[in-house]
Amino acid sequence: MRASPLRNLFRIYLEKPELAGAALLCILTAVFEARSNGAFLSPDNLRGILGLLPEVGLVSVGVTILMICGEFDLSVGSTFALAPMATSLTIIAGVPLVPAIVIGLVIAAVIGFVNGFITLTFAIPSFITTLGMLFIVRSLTVVISGGFPPLLPDDLATGVFTQYVGPGGLLRASFLWFLGVSIAASAIMTLCNLGNWIRATGGNLEAAATMGVPARRVKLFCFILCSMLAGFGGIIQVFRLQSPLPSIGDGLELQAVAAAVMGGTALTGGIGTVLGGIVGALLIRIIDNGLVMSQVDANWFKFAVGALTILAVIGNSWLRRTARSIKLESPA
Amino acid sequence: MTEASASPDASADAAAVAAPIVECRHLHKWYAGVHALKGVSLTIKRGEVVGLVGDNGAGKSTLIKIISGVHPPDRGEILVDGKRVDIRTPKQAMNLGIETIYQTNSMVPMMSIARNLFIGREPLAVSIFGFGLMDQAHMRRESVKAIANVDLHLRSPDALVGELSGGQQQGVAIARAIHFKSRVLILDEPTNHLSVKETARVLGFVRGLPAQGVAGILISHNLHHVIEACDRIVAMARGEIVFDKPVGETSIEEFQEYF
Repeated sequence: MRASPLRNLFRIYLEKPELAGAALLCILTAVFEARSNGAFLSPDNLRGILGLLPEVGLVSVGVTILMICGEFDLSVGSTFALAPMATSLTIIAGVPLVPAIVIGLVIAAVIGFVNGFITLTFAIPSFITTLGMLFIVRSLTVVISGGFPPLLPDDLATGVFTQYVGPGGLLRASFLWFLGVSIAASAIMTLCNLGNWIRATGGNLEAAATMGVPARRVKLFCFILCSMLAGFGGIIQVFRLQSPLPSIGDGLELQAVAAAVMGGTALTGGIGTVLGGIVGALLIRIIDNGLVMSQVDANWFKFAVGALTILAVIGNSWLRRTARSIKLESPA
Repeated sequence: MTEASASPDASADAAAVAAPIVECRHLHKWYAGVHALKGVSLTIKRGEVVGLVGDNGAGKSTLIKIISGVHPPDRGEILVDGKRVDIRTPKQAMNLGIETIYQTNSMVPMMSIARNLFIGREPLAVSIFGFGLMDQAHMRRESVKAIANVDLHLRSPDALVGELSGGQQQGVAIARAIHFKSRVLILDEPTNHLSVKETARVLGFVRGLPAQGVAGILISHNLHHVIEACDRIVAMARGEIVFDKPVGETSIEEFQEYF
């Protein structure tokens, strides 16, 4: 029996779950471009969209990988605030920039480790562990800030993250970091044995463990990676803002989950791609910006993100069910 | 090396070849005060397919979980090739050539056939400390060969396992075990939830095991399946082996009389 076009479409969808999000991205871009009379894709506006993307994008990449591994992290928004707060306070205490960044990232890694350790040791849903950590870490951030957002020194050499680069200064340097991290993360997921283990652990934990995958350590790794990427995103944002506000990243955890889901990542684990997480993050940025550019009341932003998240999950699970019910493979 | 020291080695090797591939001696297991296995001894010869039957709670699953390294026995010993072994994890069992296929699929549905075949045992092109780039060309090539070996022919090694039928998925699992030189394949109710046609296909795979030099233990509720695919029937009840005969020397009638 020959494969019909419909079957091929479903097969492509199953193998590349981020495509639906990417298609939506193109459509929305076209709509916003038309509605804003060409202002949406102007260099000035693109600079705004792409300048903020790395910060949220890094968090989305981490959350996406952790979700592929079958776990959640709701504490990323708080880690996004604590890591740069720690980095800033160490800088103000006289520590040079690079060690201060390392300290921030190590603290983020510790949060990830605690998330994973508690979740795995007590066999409780990571949803709950990290919900608790969301409050704990946010509280710690406010406590160590002493209630005042400290000011970073003016002469800090943060240009390696914040300066404008590229043709016409279209991008910030942070975008290159984001690009590098994303390519590395994508390579791990598609080319390395570790990526195979992460997907197998999330896709069928029992099978992975039986086949000798160190599932516990794989999950722990993903928790730590996710927290570190969140911390890194926060550090970049604080360098851009020049001051570590204790409130940054509030609500970011849900945006990151929304981004992952819009990019085709399944809540049940085992399905998704790094590129999908990026597509999702870009979708959110574009909706945020595009609504303003189209002169729609900006308060509709959360409405749009919420509606899209629900639609994405409904669409994904419907497509997956349908794809499975059609016998895609016929015996040769 | 002198001849005097070489000859005991040679005789030890000969003994290992003659020894049964797996021998369980007086295995006991308690679960929270329940005596699940009461001194079970079972010998599996090379290239022999043994059907293990019995009601729920008879101890079949406990026995195979001990052999496959999921649980340790509380008492008794296991010999592989005549040598005493201590199997603590599924990985150790796999290293001894004992692999298990469960009724719940041992495949990851959203991963390709090639990737599924090599989960946890990926061939690496470049690696540091056991992590590295997978040799994907090798994985594709070998998975096509491994699958053809069990007489299963599929469109492409890049197809997702979730696209395959249940019987085909079990076929890939069996191909995987054979590819990794398993010598004992434990199949825990591999035909559950399968259609009649798919069940026949899986039983065909099981019957083909001796030709690949692989011994099998088929756990099943269905006596007809066991008679169709196995050389020997072993029945368990209340934690003990109560029946053990070659398929040729018994019949469903005799077996049913027994119970």
